[in-house]
Amino acid sequence: MSAFPVSSPEQGGAPLLSVRALRKTYSLPRGQTLKAVDGVSLDVLPGEVLGLVGESGCGKSTLGRCLLRLTDVSSGQITFEGQDITHLGERALRPLRQRMQMVFQDSYASLNPRRRIGDLLAEPLRVHPGPDGRKRPAAAITARLHELMDLVSLPVTALDRYPHEFSGGQRQRINIARALALSPRLVVADEPVSALDVSVQAQIVNLFADLQAQLGLTYVFVAHDLAVVRQISTRVAVMYLGAVVELGETDDVLHHPAHPYTAALTQAVPRPVVGASRHPPLRGDIPSPVARPSGCRFHTRCPMVQDRCRVEDPALHTVRPGHQVACHFPLAAD
Amino acid sequence: MPDNFPSAPVQPSPTQHTAAPLLAVRNLCVSFPSGGRMIPIVENVSFTLAERDILGLVGESGSGKSVTAMALMGLIDSPGVQITGSALFRGQELVGLPQKQLRRLRGRQIAMIFQDPMTAFTPVYTIGWQIDEQIRAHERLSRKQARARTVDLLAEMGVPDPARTADRYPHQLSGGLRQRAMIAMALSCNPALLIADEPTTALDVTVQAQILDLIRGLRTAYGSSVLLITHDMGVVAETCDTTLVLYSGRVAETGPTQALFAQPGHPYTAALLASIPPLDGPRPERLPAIAGAPPVPLERPAGCAFSPRCHYVHEACLPAPPPPLVPVGPHQSAACVLSTEGTPLPPRLISACASAAASIRHQAAPTPPPSHGEVSP
Ligand SMILES: Nc1ncnc2c1ncn2[C@@H]1O[C@H](COP(=O)(O)OP(=O)(O)O)[C@@H](O)[C@H]1O
Ligand SMILES: Nc1ncnc2c1ncn2[C@@H]1O[C@H](COP(=O)(O)OP(=O)(O)O)[C@@H](O)[C@H]1O
Ligand code: SF4
Ligand code: SF4
Ligand SMILES: [Mg+2]
Ligand SMILES: [Mg+2]
Repeated sequence: MSAFPVSSPEQGGAPLLSVRALRKTYSLPRGQTLKAVDGVSLDVLPGEVLGLVGESGCGKSTLGRCLLRLTDVSSGQITFEGQDITHLGERALRPLRQRMQMVFQDSYASLNPRRRIGDLLAEPLRVHPGPDGRKRPAAAITARLHELMDLVSLPVTALDRYPHEFSGGQRQRINIARALALSPRLVVADEPVSALDVSVQAQIVNLFADLQAQLGLTYVFVAHDLAVVRQISTRVAVMYLGAVVELGETDDVLHHPAHPYTAALTQAVPRPVVGASRHPPLRGDIPSPVARPSGCRFHTRCPMVQDRCRVEDPALHTVRPGHQVACHFPLAAD
Repeated sequence: MPDNFPSAPVQPSPTQHTAAPLLAVRNLCVSFPSGGRMIPIVENVSFTLAERDILGLVGESGSGKSVTAMALMGLIDSPGVQITGSALFRGQELVGLPQKQLRRLRGRQIAMIFQDPMTAFTPVYTIGWQIDEQIRAHERLSRKQARARTVDLLAEMGVPDPARTADRYPHQLSGGLRQRAMIAMALSCNPALLIADEPTTALDVTVQAQILDLIRGLRTAYGSSVLLITHDMGVVAETCDTTLVLYSGRVAETGPTQALFAQPGHPYTAALLASIPPLDGPRPERLPAIAGAPPVPLERPAGCAFSPRCHYVHEACLPAPPPPLVPVGPHQSAACVLSTEGTPLPPRLISACASAAASIRHQAAPTPPPSHGEVSP
């Protein structure tokens, strides 16, 4: 996939984060390479929530980590706040880290069990200087910890307790508080509610939405659950085998998909409603990213496949204003 | 253990025609010893599964779904575990049945599949070899005959190139193929009952849809009944004839899936359904979330287990014993005091569903459902 630029000119305003032709390959034993992210170009606009959906292994987490430069990229370009950060070293990235943070799925594994919540949250505040460029005084740190507890609706007493004393939902609140400690502009959340009980998911989804509105945050929200992504996202990018195959306004993409894969994906989600119409499931499995199909990466499973699809890789292109798709034969709007 | 099962037994769903149920579970209780006392994990679970029916056992993680299934299968071997109640399978009592007899039943009449197919297969043999062996353990067949059957089974499960796939090792297959192979192995002895514990939870939605299709077809292709365990209300709605909602080890509600989803009788069922973000129709500004988290078994309230999170909680809900299951509609019952008190829940307000057929079930609620308070857990 080599279509760029693909920014959203309709939206106006400079993107907070841009990636162009981003690739991340892993070398496997026996000389094989795995293209986890295979030429992604997209913009994250200030104040938006960009949902990243797709089935497991399609490269969501890898892309998320690349966006924040938590991993090296193989090629392409990443620009954050207008600055090219593609090849910045750890030291140069450090001041930027305050403004871009990550929240992970497994809230337990990401919290050191032997440290009190207050300690865990204070750490980034001790490491990074305050807004005046100097070390933060203890009183300022304590005040900030209280603010953070308030933001995520936890009692201040939680600061003196240990991670195991909290439920999964509470631990995810703590993780969010930690990500927010340094007042970032951009938060990449990787499956932040996937490990939670159904009855707790909604609280955390609401919390993400509240914080975004309250603090003017920008999110890249990664999840395999389409309904969760729909609830929170302004725009959605659908990934398949390392590439973005469709990108646009949330309900435009989910209710009027132009890519046959997006259509199949939305239809496959079981609705909690009896009698919802059922569609024949997509056949086959997701191919291995080590041996991705020639031409259109979706052609082995696509119900609309034609000869051209087997040889020619469709580029991501605009089909409707603000709506891009990588398919030679996009579906009509209705 | 208080017998809180209602006088009116759980009725079979309207789709059932046969008289005697395949499986009748009454007041199943499972307790584990901990810190010098017995912790009730599953309390008074009762349900009936008819021939060729699919019953959904739905609940959040830790609600006791797997413990219920393992108890039925006689697969709990924790020291000191206490299992009481009754589970009649074709008239035979499973609770307390000696291991030897249970093993025979498990191989032939009851089969179980799990979320992770790797638990069913050994990594060192091909999947074909393992299915062959399973078949030969129950039938006198030559290796060649068994393999022919295995290949047929794999083909019926939608495994492409079944003869070659049979010669592959479990780790060489994709998750979806492994799940199909495990179902093939489970069906190799033509069981009357298949217990499927979160069979699609580890799968992607497009593959999940294939496996659910397969499970729905088992009753016609194999005459099997299925006890489908899941945490996903969508999976239940699309797959099960009858639904049983577990909350914290107790039955919150049970009934025909259609009725239960249209008009949940238990505030937990209603709140859970309301809290799921919709994929179709208008997008709500905020999700009606349920406050708090399910209790751990040690801290389970003496009265209604849902009371700390329930919007309708009042004095009658709090004292032990927990509210019994009472009828709230035809074949539907809920363990909640509201309907007895004459203030049942309004029908579910299903957001205008773009997914067509749902609209025929669209009902307007007389009073808007309350917005649940949003307190941190
Ligand atoms: N460190 C790694 N080494 C090798 N392969 C990896 C590594 N991390 C991820 N992958 C592979 O990259 C692909 C994309 O993975 P990931 O980004 O985790 O997908 P997703 O988050 O969408 O499930 C998968 O095939 C995965 O196996
Ligand atoms: N062998 C055991 N000993 C003690 N407690 C157990 C045992 N197995 C499960 N439990 C507890 O029983 C409860 C229900 O577990 P389980 O049936 O696995 O839940 P589900 O399958 O609904 O997620 C959990 O609180 C779990 O910790
Ligand atoms: S390019 Fe062809 S194979 Fe690919 S999604 Fe479009 S129609 Fe299907
Ligand atoms: S018994 Fe009371 S607390 Fe329990 S679900 Fe019914 S109304 Fe709510
Ligand atoms: Mg991931
Ligand atoms: Mg379980």
